[in-house]
Amino acid sequence: MSLLEIENVTLRFGGLVAVDNVSLRVEEGEVFALVGPNGAGKSTVFNLISRFYDPAEGRITFDGHDLLGHTADQVPSFGIARTFQNIELFEQATVLQNLLVGRHRHRRTGVLSNIVFSPKAHSEERRHREAVEQVIDFLNLQHYRDKMIGGLPYGVRKVVELGRALASEPKLLLLDEPASGLSVEETQDMAFWIEDIQTQMGISVMMVEHDMGLVSAVSNRVMALSDGKELATGTAAEVQSHPAVIEAYLGTGEISKTGTSRA
Amino acid sequence: MRFVFKTSYDADIRLFKHRAQAVWYFLLLLLVLATPLYFVAIGDAYLLGEITGVLILAIAGMGLMLLTGHTGLPSLGHATFMALGCYLNINLLGAGIPWIIAFPLSGLIAGLLGTIIALPVLRLHGVYLALATLAMSILTSDFVVMAEPWTGGIAGAAVPDINIFGMEVNRYSTPYKFYYLVLFVAILLVWFYRNLLRTPTGRSFTAIRDSEISARAMGINLTRTKATSFFLSATAAGLAGALFGHSAGYVTNETFDLVMSITLLLMIVIGGLGFIHGAFFGAIVVGIIPVAIANGRSFLASTFDININIPGLESALFALILVGFILFEPMGLYGRWLKIRTYFELFPFYRKDMFKRQKSYLKTDRVQ
Repeated sequence: MSLLEIENVTLRFGGLVAVDNVSLRVEEGEVFALVGPNGAGKSTVFNLISRFYDPAEGRITFDGHDLLGHTADQVPSFGIARTFQNIELFEQATVLQNLLVGRHRHRRTGVLSNIVFSPKAHSEERRHREAVEQVIDFLNLQHYRDKMIGGLPYGVRKVVELGRALASEPKLLLLDEPASGLSVEETQDMAFWIEDIQTQMGISVMMVEHDMGLVSAVSNRVMALSDGKELATGTAAEVQSHPAVIEAYLGTGEISKTGTSRA
Repeated sequence: MRFVFKTSYDADIRLFKHRAQAVWYFLLLLLVLATPLYFVAIGDAYLLGEITGVLILAIAGMGLMLLTGHTGLPSLGHATFMALGCYLNINLLGAGIPWIIAFPLSGLIAGLLGTIIALPVLRLHGVYLALATLAMSILTSDFVVMAEPWTGGIAGAAVPDINIFGMEVNRYSTPYKFYYLVLFVAILLVWFYRNLLRTPTGRSFTAIRDSEISARAMGINLTRTKATSFFLSATAAGLAGALFGHSAGYVTNETFDLVMSITLLLMIVIGGLGFIHGAFFGAIVVGIIPVAIANGRSFLASTFDININIPGLESALFALILVGFILFEPMGLYGRWLKIRTYFELFPFYRKDMFKRQKSYLKTDRVQ
């Protein structure tokens, strides 16, 4: 059984079919990339998995749980963490506090125990801090630990958002354009981290990305989407040379013979 | 410049960041504990009553701060919860329940009722939520009149004295005891508040304030968390209301009016949104302005023979101060204090734009 199974999912916004009968499987321990032109429905697939949208048809199961029977705030409890395309961090809080919110799914104490700061709340708090410090070490965020998000540069925010998702110790990590807006060096760092997340932490990764360099470097399988429909699935090289993919990006005609390396 | 070396996780969990900070707060505690001694020495407890009033306002302010400053839900209806707490307290005491039980109970029931009232409006955001709570505040005085058997209606109700295991506490006959009682409640609530902020509950509140979508993606249940915040906030307001009743001695349908709700909101904005200190700084400003105006008036009248009798002068001054803060110091008094402190800590390396908020990045990806 695959970790994440999406079967024949369709989502319509009025007359627009954003996701059209898409099926995909993410296996345990793999990096799965979704590529496609703008408006292809990649992020929409993420929002379907996060349960921000209700599909008109289809099934989404994760680790044996039917996700469609649960609300958005229950999804993380199964072990799904995500980042957002345009960074949704808690701006008026420090990096440390942001990462600690990522630990929310491991919360075991109630409001009353928190208010009086019971010994149980104290020991739980220590455990959260320990887990978060490991993420800070892993992502080299020590320097920014106590800084407010509001004052951080874009590249660091991207890393903090990855850290917040990692802090929840997920089974599946959904990365929505992890490299958008990053410099070449930052993108390389991101590639190394995704590799480490896959190999050392054993977390499966599903990502939406436009940078084909990053996609080819880290992903095991790639799916190309266009207008909400699946074009091709396979290795990065296979997908990039697939005629339907080339057509979706570049149109038909002479120009399609020019380079496809950056798809 | 001080460097704090952290060698355990507790260094971040602890209430005080370093020893010097703990010492300062200890000195502050000594100061507030010793304050009544001064008034005993001069033999006039009038100003102590004013200080007690400031503490009561600060308790209500902490309640509103939790909701508005930390959860991001504006409320213009907190006088309603104060009224609930006050009248519940009167009725519970009237039913013969000892104060030590009636007081916390009136806060909790006010919190519960407040949450039930608030549940339908919690789906609203920003200015719409403010308007819904404003409506609640406008209705309060009518409800107080309608519920005459419990509230005394327009004629008003007298608030029984506090009796703790035989010890009588009254604002006028035993002002020092009343001061210490209010101080104890205030410190206890500050401690609760601080605990909240260093544990998952408080972090889920600030998460909702900064990004609801992201909070949901982290597994935070919006409705439940907002309701929790509302409950705690209304409970604190209810407790403040009960104490306010004891402080006023007599309450009518006009005691907890719209102006009080607005004053509370002004208070936390002036004090600094998002800081516990803000509730206290704001309460001090709100408490001092009427005294300062009265003193200024008598000073002008006695030395320059100028008599100023402009109706609504206090409200106008409030408004001016608020506009000034929003224009020049959106972080409030506590924000100003942070800047001054940083200036001296980093001297001479403080930069003018150090606290300037960077423009937030595009939020086009918002779902819904």
